[in-house]
Amino acid sequence: MVLIYSNDRKLALEMLAKGRELADEQGKQLTVAVISNKDTATDEYIRHGADKVFVAHMDMDSFKVEEYTDILAGIMEKTGAETVLIGSNRDGKELAPRLASLLDTGCVTDITDVYIKDGDLTAERVIYSGNAVAVERFIKKPHIMTVPGKLFDPLPPDDSRVGEVITENIDFEPYPSKIINIQRMVSEGINVEDAVSIVSCGRGFKNREDMTLAEELADLLPGNTMGCSRPISADLKWMTEDHWIGLSGHKVKPKLYFAIGISGQIQHIAGMRDSDIIVAINKDPEALIFKSADYGIVGDLYQVLPKLVDAIKTKMS
Amino acid sequence: MNIIVCAKEVVDVSEIKTDPKTNKPILQGIDKKISDIDKNAVEEGVRIKEKLGGKVTVLSVGPSEAREYIKELLAMGADEAKIIPYADTGDYNVVSTILAGAINNLGYDIILCGEASIDLFSGQTGPRLAQKLGIPQITYAKKLEPKEDTITADRDLGDKKVTMESSYPVLISVTKEINEPRLPSLMQILGAANKPIEVIAHSSLVSEETSVLERIDIKGVSMERKNIIYKDDIDDAIGKLVENLAKDGVLG
Ligand SMILES: Cc1cc2nc3c(=O)[nH]c(=O)nc-3n(C[C@H](O)[C@H](O)[C@H](O)COP(=O)(O)OP(=O)(O)OC[C@H]3O[C@@H](n4cnc5c(N)ncnc54)[C@H](O)[C@@H]3O)c2cc1C
Ligand SMILES: Nc1ncnc2c1ncn2[C@@H]1O[C@H](COP(=O)(O)O)[C@@H](O)[C@H]1O
Repeated sequence: MVLIYSNDRKLALEMLAKGRELADEQGKQLTVAVISNKDTATDEYIRHGADKVFVAHMDMDSFKVEEYTDILAGIMEKTGAETVLIGSNRDGKELAPRLASLLDTGCVTDITDVYIKDGDLTAERVIYSGNAVAVERFIKKPHIMTVPGKLFDPLPPDDSRVGEVITENIDFEPYPSKIINIQRMVSEGINVEDAVSIVSCGRGFKNREDMTLAEELADLLPGNTMGCSRPISADLKWMTEDHWIGLSGHKVKPKLYFAIGISGQIQHIAGMRDSDIIVAINKDPEALIFKSADYGIVGDLYQVLPKLVDAIKTKMS
Repeated sequence: MNIIVCAKEVVDVSEIKTDPKTNKPILQGIDKKISDIDKNAVEEGVRIKEKLGGKVTVLSVGPSEAREYIKELLAMGADEAKIIPYADTGDYNVVSTILAGAINNLGYDIILCGEASIDLFSGQTGPRLAQKLGIPQITYAKKLEPKEDTITADRDLGDKKVTMESSYPVLISVTKEINEPRLPSLMQILGAANKPIEVIAHSSLVSEETSVLERIDIKGVSMERKNIIYKDDIDDAIGKLVENLAKDGVLG
């Protein structure tokens, strides 16, 4: 049995597509685990490929990893899950290894691919901060993996599919930690993964307001979105995490990627190396970013950007 | 406060190149260091000690040569270190079982880990260890407020910010943003030479290690780029760049 779990419904639908493939290949069933008393999308999961939806009915509405580990282990036992795909948001990434540890089994995080090879489930993932890909074979069941967003496309909904919805209470052991506050972050609804052009800002910008220089450039480009390096988002909070590109952020593959005032550390490159054309603007001629660029201008971004904006406007008019 | 920091020796990933013939990463001859975020974990451990008193112990599963880098962590203010030599196979179940074995032999209130290591980068070790010890975990902490009986942590989780509180013992993994690791002074570096580093055999901690995963291949990644870099006149450079981008058909 293949089991899918994520508290992010979109991610669950994406994972269902791969889950369906893995289940069919092995002649197994596909189940979605829902841990909530509110998720009413059970039919949607079935339309998108699930055979069953297992709802663990809870009075708890905030994610606590220790308790979710117990609950998911309970669902696995009841459903006989052998392969578990967990959505790789931050909640999923701390849940999967804890669950794997409880079950003394293997876990591959942020897979880039999964397939059956010589009869064994095998997963690939990026290691050495983006310098290599490891191919890992599970030698024990159950297999646990976390799956990042946008890796798989959801199956088209099929209204004729029928499935079973099972609702049960699952016991868990309460833990002494408690959630004091949850603040939802306003999402700007942007999707760097889908952008055709990305203009990315790094620490080379001295002030938050200066990034309007980069915005003016972005506005000229097709299907554009702003991106940034980790410190701009995680440290300075000048942009939301939706914009953060790299190993620990989003992986993107636009047609055109501008890296402006970004030094080009491997952790940033890991997120944008699949772009078609990479342009770097940096005042340091030795900056690593130039090694990963198709075109580079060595210069002060404060001088280069306004001129570049003018030149592109002229070219396109 | 008994504070344990898990720290790991890694290859400096920024130096890795791919062998064009075999398409494998070249790992020989690459400098080693302590994984970046583990230094943030040590810094946070030392700050907690400075506030509440206690002792900071560094634990590392890896080659005994790690001693050279572990000394830096002692210079930063950790009190002692324990190295458990073990050839890294990338099997998290094994590493976390060994760490749990070592930690069970020590007293502990807080265990600190990095959010993720720079070589394997999975963030598995912390949660696995917490489960093995049967204690709560707080991951991705970017701010900690330790008190006598409880600790509060702020966590940035992308679509939400969560503040959590836990009693002790607790395992916490920290982000790169939590602090700026201190650079030890020469006096502190010299002083660290006298701090104890114990080497413990893993066989004395765990009876058998169950492997759960086998790494069957490592593939390098290579990237071909045009590398046309304009260094001189900016106006000239911009003109050429715009021409090229238009030719590449990416300006829309
Ligand atoms: C485990 C781990 C995960 C990480 N994950 C990510 C990730 O997902 N994404 C990410 O981006 N980083 C990540 N990092 C951080 C990464 O290692 C770098 O620290 C970060 O990418 C640097 O950001 P930056 O290039 O904006 O800043 P800096 O490295 O400070 O570079 C600023 C650049 O701007 C240039 N500059 C300054 N002024 C000007 C000017 N006036 N005009 C033009 N150029 C100028 C400088 O020459 C310099 O090259 C991670 C690190 C670790 C350890
Ligand atoms: N071999 C090890 N020895 C000690 N600590 C480790 C080891 N491997 C991982 N850790 C800790 O676990 C964190 C996350 O590493 P990882 O799970 O590899 O991403 C690191 O930042 C360390 O704090």
